[in-house]
Amino acid sequence: MSTGVQSPLVSGASRAGGAVAVRDFTKRFGDVTAVDGISFDIASGELFGFIGPDGAGKTTLFRTMVTLLVPDAGRVEVLGRDVVVDLWALRSRVGYMPGRFSLYPDLSAMENLQFFASVFGTSVDEGMRIIEPIWRQLAPFASRRAGALSGGMKQKLALCCALVHAPEILFLDEPTTGVDAVSRREFWDLLDRLRGGGLTIVVSTPYMDEASRCDRVALMQKGRLLLVDAPGAIGEAYPRPIFSVRAPERLGTLGVLRRFPHAAAVWPFGEVVHYTDARPGMSNASIITEVEAFARAAGVEALEVRPIAAGIEDAFMWHMMAQERA
Amino acid sequence: MSALAIDARALTRHFGDFTAVDAITFHVAQGEVFGFLGANGAGKTTAMRMLIGLLEPTSGSATVAGFDVASASESVRRSIGYMSQKFSLYDDLTVQENITLYGGIYGLSDAQIAERMHALLGRIGLEHARKELVRRIPLGWKQQLAFSVALLHEPRIVFLDEPTGGVDPITRRRFWEMIYETAATGTTVLVTTHYLDEAEYCDRLSIMVDGAIAAMGTPGEVKGAYDASSLDEVFLRLTRPGAA
Repeated sequence: MSTGVQSPLVSGASRAGGAVAVRDFTKRFGDVTAVDGISFDIASGELFGFIGPDGAGKTTLFRTMVTLLVPDAGRVEVLGRDVVVDLWALRSRVGYMPGRFSLYPDLSAMENLQFFASVFGTSVDEGMRIIEPIWRQLAPFASRRAGALSGGMKQKLALCCALVHAPEILFLDEPTTGVDAVSRREFWDLLDRLRGGGLTIVVSTPYMDEASRCDRVALMQKGRLLLVDAPGAIGEAYPRPIFSVRAPERLGTLGVLRRFPHAAAVWPFGEVVHYTDARPGMSNASIITEVEAFARAAGVEALEVRPIAAGIEDAFMWHMMAQERA
Repeated sequence: MSALAIDARALTRHFGDFTAVDAITFHVAQGEVFGFLGANGAGKTTAMRMLIGLLEPTSGSATVAGFDVASASESVRRSIGYMSQKFSLYDDLTVQENITLYGGIYGLSDAQIAERMHALLGRIGLEHARKELVRRIPLGWKQQLAFSVALLHEPRIVFLDEPTGGVDPITRRRFWEMIYETAATGTTVLVTTHYLDEAEYCDRLSIMVDGAIAAMGTPGEVKGAYDASSLDEVFLRLTRPGAA
C-alpha cells in the first residue's frame, strides 16, 4: 500500500479502502510529458470525474489506471494493487470504456456482448443482473450490427460490454464527448443509478457542466491537476469576489469591463458576463457601485451587476490562468 | 446576387425511406452569426452537407452566397470556408505548408498566399511557429489557425462544425471572440455546437428536431416562445417532449 505524502492539492473525504491511489505519476511520450507528476486518491463507491480539455492527459491517465500503459515514474494503484506488477489480477476486476468506439462493428450487439463476457470467463446470463437496466433499451436492436447502431445506442452497448463481467470499478474515458446536451444528461442519470449499486466510477469529460454530477472532481490541464475537491467546494473556494453582469450590448460591455483597473477576470457566460474583481477584501456593494460608475463613464448604461457563486468553469479558468502565469 | 448569405426553401433530403432533412426553410443574412443546433441525429450534418454543395437535395432548394447548391455547387464551394473539429489541418505539415496548400487549393496566387500568410500569422501571434509541424502546436492555437485557414480565400460565408469541441474554456471563449471579429468584417458565420451557452452568443439560431426546424429566432425570442429561462431548457423540451 502506498504511504506517499498526500499532495496539498488533494482534499475532501478519502475513506479507508481506497479504490485508486496515485502518487507522483509521470508519463512521457518522446519529449512530450503527457502526465506530469500527479497524486490523488479515489475512495470506494465514489463517482469521481476528471475534467479537462483535449490534451490535458486524461486518456493517458486512464490507460495507465486500466493497466494498458506503464508509468515512467511514480506509482499507480487500483483496488490496492499496483497496475504494473498485478496487471493480470486487476484486469478482471476493472471495467473500461475507451473514448473511441472500440467494439466490433461487424458483430451484432448481442455477439459483442457475448464476446466480452467470454473473454472475462463469464456469460451474458450472469452479467445480466448488472447490465439489465441498460440492456433493456438495447434489446430491440440485439441482432443489429454494432456498426449500424445510432450513436446513443453504441454508447450504451459499449457500457454493457464494460460492465458484463461485474467489475468493482468502472473507468469511462470521455463517454459524452460529441454527444448532445440531452443525451449527456441521460447518460449521467445512468451513471447515478450504477453508483447507487455501490460501483466505483471514474469518468473523464471536457464538459465543465458535468462536474456537478460527480462526488469529487479533479480539474486537469497540461498534464497536471489544477485542484481536486467536491464540485460545490470548488466554487466556494473561488478566491475573489465574482459577479454576473447583464447589459444590452454584451460585447462592448466585455471590452469596457476588461479596461476596469481592478478587473481580475472578465469572460462571457452565455447571455451574461462574469466579472471577477482583483480585491479580495472589498465589499460587494462598493465593487458594484464602482463597476457601474466606470461602465457608465465609458458609455454603457443599464448595467445589471449582482454577486454570484462561482462555478466549476470560473474556477477552472482562474486556475488555468494562474498556471499560465506561473 | 442575393443579399442573403443563405436562403433555404423546403430543403429536403431522403436516404431510402428515411427523411433526414424535412423541408427546412430558413435564411441567414450577410454578416450574421447563425447557430445551427440540434440533437445528435436531428439532421444538422446532412443539412450542412447540402449547403456546402457536397450532397444533392432530394427536393427544395437553397442558395449560398447567391449560388444554387444543386446546379452551381462548384461556385458555392469557392465562396465558402469550412472548418470542423475533426478535420481541418494536416498534422504532418508545418504551419506554413498548411497555409500554402490551402491557398493553392483555393486558387490564390503565390503573392497572395505570401501576403495573407504574413497577415494571418501576425494576427494570431503564430509567426514564430511558421516552421513547426501542426501536430506540435497547442490545441488552442491549432484551432485559431484552422479557422484562419478556412478564411484564407476571404469567403463570404464560413461554416464551423463543432469548432470548440473538447477545447478548454478559455480557448473556447477566445475562439468566439474571433468569430465576432470575423462577422464584424461582413463575413457570415454558421456554427454548430453542443455548448448551449455558446448558442447565446449567436445573433440568431435554429434548433432542429427529427429533420425539421422546431424553433428559430434570436436567443431571446426562442426562450420567450417557450417561456424558458435558458436555451438549455428549450433544448430539453424540444428534444425530449416527455421528459420536461
